[in-house]
Amino acid sequence: MIKGKAWKFGNDIDTDVIIPAVYLNTTNPEELAMHCFEPILPNFKEKVNKGDIIVAGKNFGCGSSRQHAPIAIKACGISCVIASSFARIFFRNAINIGLPILECEEASEKTDNGDELEVDLEKGIIRNLTKGIEFKAEPLPESILQILSSGGLVEYVKKKLGGE
Amino acid sequence: MGRTIVEKILQAHTNDEVKPDRLIEAKVDFAFANDITAPLAIEDFKLMGAKKVFDPERIALIPDHFTPNKDVKSAEQAKIMKEFAKEFGIKYYFEIGRGGIEHVLLHEEGLTLPGDIIIGADSHTCTYGALGCFATGVGSTDLAAAWALGKLWFKVPRTIKFNYKGKLRKWVGGKDLILFTIGQIGVDGALYRAMEFSGEVIRNLPMDDRFTMCNMAIEAGAKCGIIEPDEKTIEYVKGRAKREYKIFNSDPDAEYEKIYEWDVSELEPQVALPHLPSNVKGVSGVKGVKVDQVVIGSCTNGRLRDLAIAAEILKGKKVHPDVRVIIFPGTQKVYMEAMKLGYIQTFIESGAAVSTPTCGPCLGGHMGVLAKGEICVSTTNRNFIGRMGHKESYVYLASPAVAAASAIAGEIVSPEEVMK
Repeated sequence: MIKGKAWKFGNDIDTDVIIPAVYLNTTNPEELAMHCFEPILPNFKEKVNKGDIIVAGKNFGCGSSRQHAPIAIKACGISCVIASSFARIFFRNAINIGLPILECEEASEKTDNGDELEVDLEKGIIRNLTKGIEFKAEPLPESILQILSSGGLVEYVKKKLGGE
Repeated sequence: MGRTIVEKILQAHTNDEVKPDRLIEAKVDFAFANDITAPLAIEDFKLMGAKKVFDPERIALIPDHFTPNKDVKSAEQAKIMKEFAKEFGIKYYFEIGRGGIEHVLLHEEGLTLPGDIIIGADSHTCTYGALGCFATGVGSTDLAAAWALGKLWFKVPRTIKFNYKGKLRKWVGGKDLILFTIGQIGVDGALYRAMEFSGEVIRNLPMDDRFTMCNMAIEAGAKCGIIEPDEKTIEYVKGRAKREYKIFNSDPDAEYEKIYEWDVSELEPQVALPHLPSNVKGVSGVKGVKVDQVVIGSCTNGRLRDLAIAAEILKGKKVHPDVRVIIFPGTQKVYMEAMKLGYIQTFIESGAAVSTPTCGPCLGGHMGVLAKGEICVSTTNRNFIGRMGHKESYVYLASPAVAAASAIAGEIVSPEEVMK
């Protein structure tokens, strides 16, 4: 069970805002985390408590294919991203690196900054403890759950290669 | 029920039944990465325990983003890629001086072909759809998986069709069409969808402009942009193709999620204002915005036709004293052609700087980063907050024609005004 404070973001949060390209000369998660959301929310990593949850509007993670974006978010200590919708490459990248994400328009609309949230990933249930409301997110498709249950795409491929 | 070109291409690469929204596992024809995305992919490829790549002739590695290396860290990243190419016998590693910007280079080299499934660890991989192939951007781990297995999972996208009718005005081209389209449907207007561009205007559009249109499909959230191949496509591919290819077309009764139809005969040059590519106005509505920098080039507009248009406007004129202009041809071949045709001399005589091919300025990496408060007219693809430099700098996206005209005027103007 994931539990944490909500960090509220708007629509169309792009990957240049999540991690500006100028910092892409490294793949080190800790270094990337230091600059996460720098253009709109400097020192985000220092403000976040481990386990906190991002709640955003539509099209979260639009823009480039940089996997550094979900890596930076995860390395900040964020446990889950909930959004009305995700940009598709960000969605794949998050699954592949093991950053849990859920699509839920209602949770996005009814959650305010700082609300306490609890997320049951397997059931796709989001509880807003501050407001006492429960939301049901879109369940993830079977094949994606398989990747997640293998521990991400790296482990999934490792198994496949071993089996062949 | 008929099928769209995207559904047919996907079906030709999988044993699963292709239907919109279904997840399928499909064979990949070509898979590439650049100096930013390759190091992560290489790390994951090794973690996966892979001992060889699926096919060393179907992979490309292109140093283009922070190259020529902008600092020590970037140099280390580029080195990881070069060493991997050697270790695994990757045939298509393009060293600086022998390559260029990935999405101008790979189609020029005949490595991305009609009917293919192409994946690249870069969001603008959708560019190649202009050839009538399914091309989509992925992250580094996805790419590593494809290098190891030669296959990847895809969700079959629904297709939205865009029909453009009429005849384009002088100085209006592919960039204006795609900016107009994104302005109409928004930055998530085609989220998870395929965008199929068609109609008489597309048929009359040169290949370079078609690449520009498909290049920016991602800016509407699309999985891919695609144009059915025709005689122009075949003419383009002839003599370049490094492999066999196959032509697919949409059936007349194919099912589309939505069809947009626009008469674009009256369309004026389009400009996307800060800070979203969908924040689009006709150039007359942006007139008078003072400009500090003009950038002409990138995977969106760094092809020969783009430079030809810029040269036509800049010929015999001078860049405004308050403006710096940076022009970067997409590849070494484009650069060389532009030189033979006299464009490079025109640019330099007008007071513009000409750079070696690089993605640098487009993503605020190097070679043209903006200071606080500066305004740039750029032929690139994104104008997000801080995209080209300081978080309080402002990027206006436009065609090479508008960019060149604005360079002369010192403010955003229509090309008609400087070509009176």
